[in-house]
Amino acid sequence: MAAIAEHQPRDDASSRASAYLFRHPRGRLALTLSAPLTWFLVVYIGSLLFLLANAFWSLDVLTSEVVRGFSLDNFQTLWENDVYRTITIRTVGIAAAVTITDVFLSFPLAYYAARLASPRARNAVLVAVVLPLWANYLVRIFAWKIMLTPNGFVNWLFELTGLGSLQLGRSNWAVWLTFVYVWLPFTLLPIYAALERLPTPLLEASSDLGAKDSRTFWKITFPLILPGIAAGSIFAFSLTLGDYITPEIVGNTQFIGNVIYDNVGVAGNTPLAAAFALVPIVIMAVYLFGAKRLGAFDAL
Amino acid sequence: MKGAFRTWLVALAALAVVAAACGEDEGSGGGATGGGIEPSKTYTSIGEPEGELNLIAWIGYVEDGTTEGGEAYDWVTPFEDDTGCNVNVTYGDTSDEMVTLMRQGGGTEYDGVSASGDATNRLIAAGDVGAIDPTLFPEFTNVIGPLNPDGGTNTAHYVVDGNVYGTPYMYGPNFLMYNTEEISPAPTSWDIVFESDSPAAGSVTAYNSPIYIADAAMYLMTHNPDLNITDPYELTQDQLDAAVELLKQQNGMISGYWALATDEIDGFVDGSMTAGTAWPYNLRFTDAPVDAALPTEGMTGWADTWMISANAPHPNCMLKWMDWTMQPEVQAEVSDWYGAAGSNVDSCQATKDFVQELYGKGAAADVDTIRYGFCGDADFLQSLYLWKTPLPDCGDDRGQTCTDYSEWTQKWTEIVG
Repeated sequence: MAAIAEHQPRDDASSRASAYLFRHPRGRLALTLSAPLTWFLVVYIGSLLFLLANAFWSLDVLTSEVVRGFSLDNFQTLWENDVYRTITIRTVGIAAAVTITDVFLSFPLAYYAARLASPRARNAVLVAVVLPLWANYLVRIFAWKIMLTPNGFVNWLFELTGLGSLQLGRSNWAVWLTFVYVWLPFTLLPIYAALERLPTPLLEASSDLGAKDSRTFWKITFPLILPGIAAGSIFAFSLTLGDYITPEIVGNTQFIGNVIYDNVGVAGNTPLAAAFALVPIVIMAVYLFGAKRLGAFDAL
Repeated sequence: MKGAFRTWLVALAALAVVAAACGEDEGSGGGATGGGIEPSKTYTSIGEPEGELNLIAWIGYVEDGTTEGGEAYDWVTPFEDDTGCNVNVTYGDTSDEMVTLMRQGGGTEYDGVSASGDATNRLIAAGDVGAIDPTLFPEFTNVIGPLNPDGGTNTAHYVVDGNVYGTPYMYGPNFLMYNTEEISPAPTSWDIVFESDSPAAGSVTAYNSPIYIADAAMYLMTHNPDLNITDPYELTQDQLDAAVELLKQQNGMISGYWALATDEIDGFVDGSMTAGTAWPYNLRFTDAPVDAALPTEGMTGWADTWMISANAPHPNCMLKWMDWTMQPEVQAEVSDWYGAAGSNVDSCQATKDFVQELYGKGAAADVDTIRYGFCGDADFLQSLYLWKTPLPDCGDDRGQTCTDYSEWTQKWTEIVG
């Protein structure tokens, strides 16, 4: 068959196939999408399911081997030890603090860039915001580590004010500061985009009708950019929630990610790690559900 | 809302199916239940080199003279020239990372690893690394007594049930480093890092790894003999709990844990740390008034071993590398660059020659100090409690009642908080 097909390109099999595809648009679509869909299902969803399945396995205490059977031991461990709750609360708390700070920092800058600045100044601001993203993530974290040492830049700056010294190295404050810096572009850009799309006629109409600036802001601007804020916050929150490198380098306490990392490797306790990995997944699901209600996905 | 709920139910059901399905094919996967551990592969000959070599190593263990400030240290280029094996190295920051890397692609990506004792027994038990025939390596006869498989007794981290897994490389102690301006007189006990009335409280540091639990257990061997701890790596539940209790007390005095050597070096330089466990490397590179103390309770330590993957893609290059890294001249360079003692007794004289040439006369005397791990001092090495991976099997008549590394890891999570 193959040999014949080679010599006769207009063989009936291939022409029949193309005729079939011509007559069946759905078949065409299936053929186009099957490769990426398979990839998505097998590699992405499949590995995720495998990870989650791991959470229900357990570690045999005697052999240190993973027992592949259904058990809720890991969840019991996570529930009964205070430390996992503490770590979860710490992780979520800092992620929330980082998100709020980033939104507050982003808004004025984004507002300036989107609505007030000249085109040249706008480009300068945007480049300044995006530029750090091109530097390695680790380099940026280590830069903060160095700045926050007792003899570092931050303390030196603080001492200039005459208020004594400020020791932030290896603390949750340092973690918070570093995260705020690292994820700022991710909140700023969606907020900027939302502000840029804000229709000027609406603002003018509001002020023509006698509304003060604050009223215009709360009644017009804020509701319209809320989806942008929600979208930006998803990035800051989820990225902080999943990070374990920053706490390791500038912090002195553990994040959910650190515990997961420690349990893989020599410890070989992937079931416990998988079970703990479910916690941020659930938190993010709830968060995304809330963000969806605020229209965050329309702003992406 | 109802639809969303049903979606979740379906997802959960799918999960349960996956969990159950995966469970069926492998009831109990392994064979390392009690009894002896048989090597998954034993290398008994060295053939033609394959031209490539993929290593996992601690930073500083594989130098080719391109590191800034380390132009004088190159033991890779001569090896490449000699064997035609092109050396590719991936650095691991922690033992955990090394184990994970070593298992990548079913162990077919990397040829070997410079494994520390906190990981080796896990690699051996899981069959990730192969055993070797020591007679392939002539330098084995010069390996320092306590580490020599021929009669040595401090070999549990790489000799298991009579099989030799790899070739010994460097070793060193975890001694007490302290700031000489802040703390005087010189400490003689680990109590300075454990007891709450310590003058260093608030500026103590400790190694951020579950294996550090052994340091507390070792301290308790002296200070709480009722616990009957015989080996700081073989702890029953009660013994582990006592060590964890001590470490939780220590946590209140800690200014920061260190994971990378530079974490501790930075901490001592900026003054936030004044006492804690350290490696020779940390002592040598800390530009601050610091010194080493050798506490009376003893010290833990580490002995690193080049191990070959059981599924190594380039086994002959790896075996050649293992032979090469046992040479005194190679270990001499590593010893000076990394700040550790070579396992080959001839490496000590070679180190002295090397540093004398590099730093001038007088430097050689340093090699006999803690800065180089008391190179060649068999009694000192014998006194160290060398890292080994805690396993359920206590290795004595207590049987399978010991706590394993996964449990240590969970406890470590609790300690750090």
